[in-house]
Amino acid sequence: MVKKTLIPIGPYHPLQEEPELFKLYCEGEIVKDIKWETGYNHRGIEQLSEKKTFDQSFFLVERICGICSTSHPFAFANAIEEAGNIEITNRAKYIRTIIGELERIHSHLLWVGLAGHFLGYNTVFMWAWKYREPVLDLFEMISGNRNSYAMFKVGGVRRDIENNKISEIVKVLDLVKKKTDMLVGAVMDDPVIHARTKGVGILSKQDIFDYAAVGPTARASGVAIDVRKDDPYAAYPLVNWKVITAEKGDVFAKAEVRLLEMYESISIVEQCLEGLKKEKEGDIEVKVKDIPAGWGTGRAEAPRGEVFHYVLTDGSNSPARHKIRAPSYTNIATFKKSCIGQTISDATISLAAVDPCYCCTERMAVAYDSKTGYRILNGNQLIALSAKRTQNIKNQS
Amino acid sequence: MAEQLFYFLIYPGLLFAAVIGAFLSWYDRKITAWVQFRKGPPLFQPFYDFFKLLLVKETILPKHGSKGVFLAAPIFAVFGASIAGVFILLPVMGIETGFKGDIIVIFYLLTIPSLTYIIGALASGNPLAALGGSREMKLILSYELTFILVLAGIIQKAGMTISFSEIISLQTLNGVFAGSLSGIILFIVFIFCIQAKLALVPFDAPEAETEISEGIMIEYSGTPYAMIKLTKYIMFFILPAFLIGLLWGGLNFEGINILWSILKILFVVLLLTLIRNTNPRVKIKQAIRYFIVWMNLLAIIAIVLSYFGL
Repeated sequence: MVKKTLIPIGPYHPLQEEPELFKLYCEGEIVKDIKWETGYNHRGIEQLSEKKTFDQSFFLVERICGICSTSHPFAFANAIEEAGNIEITNRAKYIRTIIGELERIHSHLLWVGLAGHFLGYNTVFMWAWKYREPVLDLFEMISGNRNSYAMFKVGGVRRDIENNKISEIVKVLDLVKKKTDMLVGAVMDDPVIHARTKGVGILSKQDIFDYAAVGPTARASGVAIDVRKDDPYAAYPLVNWKVITAEKGDVFAKAEVRLLEMYESISIVEQCLEGLKKEKEGDIEVKVKDIPAGWGTGRAEAPRGEVFHYVLTDGSNSPARHKIRAPSYTNIATFKKSCIGQTISDATISLAAVDPCYCCTERMAVAYDSKTGYRILNGNQLIALSAKRTQNIKNQS
Repeated sequence: MAEQLFYFLIYPGLLFAAVIGAFLSWYDRKITAWVQFRKGPPLFQPFYDFFKLLLVKETILPKHGSKGVFLAAPIFAVFGASIAGVFILLPVMGIETGFKGDIIVIFYLLTIPSLTYIIGALASGNPLAALGGSREMKLILSYELTFILVLAGIIQKAGMTISFSEIISLQTLNGVFAGSLSGIILFIVFIFCIQAKLALVPFDAPEAETEISEGIMIEYSGTPYAMIKLTKYIMFFILPAFLIGLLWGGLNFEGINILWSILKILFVVLLLTLIRNTNPRVKIKQAIRYFIVWMNLLAIIAIVLSYFGL
């Protein structure tokens, strides 16, 4: 019987920029079992959102994630507009789509860089992040911010993309396309990268269904799941594009899907810019007086997969209940499948390959008493607590 | 006695090798920065790093583990590197001839830093350090055989002499070894051995920052870590110097030759830097296969070629 050693990834580890704890139980270098603890980042976003107005909540949900900071407002807007039965103008749809896709480009470039860093290939890291800069500059030109763009509101967007800016955006996109070509060449043809990523962290089609994985993680295993196609929103039905999939399900396939998706995103943005030219300038929002009581769900395809928002409204100016599910919630769980039986070197890159985002995911933390080891609140107690709160809300109204 | 001490402590041992090594480490970082579109550190950054670690930062000792061995290991690393430095640099720079069979001694001395890293890592009681130590051990087992095959090839080319200074003087008479086919192959294999000895990417699995958070170095801080940095600076100079002495005719510091010598060193370090910046880290298993199969094969081909005088 070989003694198992515990190799921790976290709570602070150079692999991941956020706090999390994965306990790898290893025999030598081979991972035999894992356990993980998250919950270092719980911020009570849902609770906060219930105390703010719909307009304020947009700024809040934008800050759930720093990288995919448009997908949460996107899903939130979809949810409220479903609840209130609001139809937005075509120009607003195009602008929303442009922001969403530009975000996908910068997020995938960021991932390519980080993946290079995790493999010890810091040159790719620096190059990818350098070519991400023009995209961030575009955001600054459009919205005034490099991150957290504050573009969304109920019934439309806050800022217009004036027609005279379109040529400049196209110019930057051409540059990004050229640089993407170069990166794709550098990553896809490097024999050492092949040796490190091919056949590593394989997720089969069945695993994807078992763990309900979404986004590029699922698409790399041949599951063509994409909210933009499956449940079209904003301007996605109006433009021409295809869902990128790969078959192998390993780390290389995930990189391939992300790299090729950037081309699709660039093409979507270009088509949306063409669409913008046909629409009337300044026609970016519809007036919304109030949101009736009811509920709505909104979905959006974030760079990491499907973001889901559920909003319960009671006719007031703020959500009565707001439920958020980020893509990493399901994607992180696939790590259990992809890492067991691998070496530690492979396990770390398999974890990074799903592009996990912990602070987006964490909705609740369970505290343990350090002396007795008991949970301070268990599941039933929390349910009881939640039922009591709901009863209070009902009593008030 | 005084002369030996001077050789060991000041020139060309500890102090000289460390200072040149620190400047070379700055050069490596600057080139890396240029490759990566960054600005890079100022000229004296390696010295700031070293003195900050030595004098300012506190030393944290591991709670579980053998503290004595943990602290002694870096000191042995510095001494091993400096003695190897003396034996390499005296003949390379033409100060003294050394003795017969010094190549074998140098070969053993050059393994001391790696061995002390392993001992220090295992003494720290940290599982990540233990993992790094086991990786370093596997790496040593794979590249040392290649390294000795390269030395065998060079000895073969030099007509079976095992004296370092004789090899250098042979090259000044008959032209450098790197000018022939077998010499070029040995040069390439030697470069990869240096890469592994210095634990640079692609063979930095023992330190792998994003996997095992610096592995063997994880528990070191303050003064002991400064000692390790010092060892790394020395190794960063003496290994390229060893390569130049064995295959590229040594260094000459007289008149205009000084420029040529500096260019030689900078060229070898540039190669190391470029390899480390254009490759991802390989897994330890792949590194072992790379040395045991491919590099050994190349070294043996070079030995056979040199036997036929190519």
